[in-house]
Amino acid sequence: MEVLQLLISGLANGCVYGLIALGFVLIYKATEAVNFAQGDFMMLGAFVTLGLVNPEYAGIPFWLALPLVFIIMGLLGYLLDIVVLRAVFGQSQVAVIIVTIALGFVIRFAVGEIWGHEPQSLRSPLALGDVRIGDLVLGLADIAVIIVTLIMTLLLWQFFQHTKMGLAMQAASQNQMAAYYMGIPVKRIQGMVWALAGIVAAVAGILYASKGALDPTAGFIGIKAFAAAVIGGFGSLPGALLGGLIVGVIEPFAARYLPPGWSQIAPYALLIAVLLFRPHGLFAQVRAKKV
Amino acid sequence: MKFHFKTDYDQDIRLFPDWWNFTLYAALLVLALALPLLIDPFFLGEATNVLIWAIAGLGLMLLTGQTGQVSLGHSAFMALGCYSCVLMMEANVPFVLAFLLAGVITGVVGALIAIPALKLHGVYLAIATLALAILADDIIVLLKEWTDGVNGKMSPPIDLFGYEINRWNNPVEWYYLVLVVVLMVTLFYRNLLRAPLGRAFAAVRDSEISAQAMGVNVAQTKTIAFGISCAITGLGGALMGLFAGAFNNETFNFLLSIQLLMMIVVGGLGFIHGAFLGAVVIAFLPQVLSMTTDLFGRGVAIPGLESGVFGVILILFILFEPMGLYGRWLKIRVFLELFPFARKDMFKRQKSYLKTERLR
Repeated sequence: MEVLQLLISGLANGCVYGLIALGFVLIYKATEAVNFAQGDFMMLGAFVTLGLVNPEYAGIPFWLALPLVFIIMGLLGYLLDIVVLRAVFGQSQVAVIIVTIALGFVIRFAVGEIWGHEPQSLRSPLALGDVRIGDLVLGLADIAVIIVTLIMTLLLWQFFQHTKMGLAMQAASQNQMAAYYMGIPVKRIQGMVWALAGIVAAVAGILYASKGALDPTAGFIGIKAFAAAVIGGFGSLPGALLGGLIVGVIEPFAARYLPPGWSQIAPYALLIAVLLFRPHGLFAQVRAKKV
Repeated sequence: MKFHFKTDYDQDIRLFPDWWNFTLYAALLVLALALPLLIDPFFLGEATNVLIWAIAGLGLMLLTGQTGQVSLGHSAFMALGCYSCVLMMEANVPFVLAFLLAGVITGVVGALIAIPALKLHGVYLAIATLALAILADDIIVLLKEWTDGVNGKMSPPIDLFGYEINRWNNPVEWYYLVLVVVLMVTLFYRNLLRAPLGRAFAAVRDSEISAQAMGVNVAQTKTIAFGISCAITGLGGALMGLFAGAFNNETFNFLLSIQLLMMIVVGGLGFIHGAFLGAVVIAFLPQVLSMTTDLFGRGVAIPGLESGVFGVILILFILFEPMGLYGRWLKIRVFLELFPFARKDMFKRQKSYLKTERLR
């Protein structure tokens, strides 16, 4: 029973990692760049929701605020792409890595200035109550997180595989110049995918905030989401979710069964092990290079 | 405007292209030597801090600026350099030996880590090294018997051939000690760049495929670059820990390696001068910020202000001056030298398009 309990809380955590990792993978799939600020995007999405929903700020009903949050975060993602990331369009991934790390710092600072550094909790309808099944106590939030994540992953996966836009995004990442020749508006596509990543980050943020307290350093769990994305194989959406689940499940078990101090190492040790033995993740997308 | 009419291949790789250039750097050296006479001990301490940052930055510059590999894990190597140096000093190894050995150990460990890590490239390397930096933090805590974990260690006084050098009692000697290390590292770096190995670094950075075609062993070159880079950064880390007086796992947090990366980008990626200019920015930014907040009457420190402002600076640099401070200076210099013939588009970057690393 204890094992099951740990497993479920791990899965719920893992879903949040998986959602952030989805954000990485989205942007990576469409622009071949990695957004090191995705964790901070998530944190920002959570705080925007908190600012709209909580009675001490705007106090809008949750379900009314939800579309507003998505619009705000989508616009923000799009604007960031236009203002900042266009400047490094077509350049090496290193430039984007550095820019997004800097963006993360700026977002963290701005959020701290606006909403303060103390932990706060979101008035989320998902955060209420537990469900008991026999001895098992399941948080409603945990169940919601798992369901929403599964739906999101499925939707995004289908979007990339089967819609015209999704295919255009994949083409734009594989070869920007060839995509131009095929009539794909590569820059606009990039803007779209950043907007989409903003929305996914908002979903992750709301779910994260429903599970517990929120403060500006929450974005650092983005690093664990990296581990998730890498374990799954950057560039694979189901892989990102699977990686997130693996990292999420390992954590509570390591905390329970390993001596103290070793448990926080577990996700990173796994990350390094995966990189050593399967350098491109479990769902590898890299093939041999032809010159 | 001077023209270098080259009559000899050696002129291409000369340390100083002409007498004027040599005079400039000689003047800079004299200024650096005379600095303790010119400024008071507080600012001398700041200058020492700048130089220490510059050493660590030069290490990362060699890897990122010269060889084109991003590392977000150099804080781990700074920690390794620092702890190994201090542990050896506590075991009564003479300072000079302990310091140099710390560099060697860090370099060897770095090269060993590089062998598997360099199968990865680009994003994967950045993430793997980031994981390494986070792991280092936890490992320091786990190795309590040696590192004293979160309580940290006091740095022992430096005993240099019988002279005891203490940061508070003799800041001037500390400054000269760091200056000597800076000079050695810079000379080594400069000479490396004109040696075949340095050329191989640049070849790997610009195109791995062409480097391979020219007979450069890419994997080996990257490993050596990683090793040397880690060794230099380890020396910087050792000096940083000794200079700070006390240090623990938090001192070498992964944010330090991000700061280091940002520093060399702001300074100018790929230039020795860039490491120094970036170090000046990063060392004086806290002072400037605290003065500004005092001016606006917000005496209390604003958490995250420093990194927030640094993030903004970095974004502005990438948007408007991707070559960093030194790149800006180069442009100004060309403008002055060519006056009035300099054109705006002279530094326009060639349009480039990205291709995927997957599915090639």
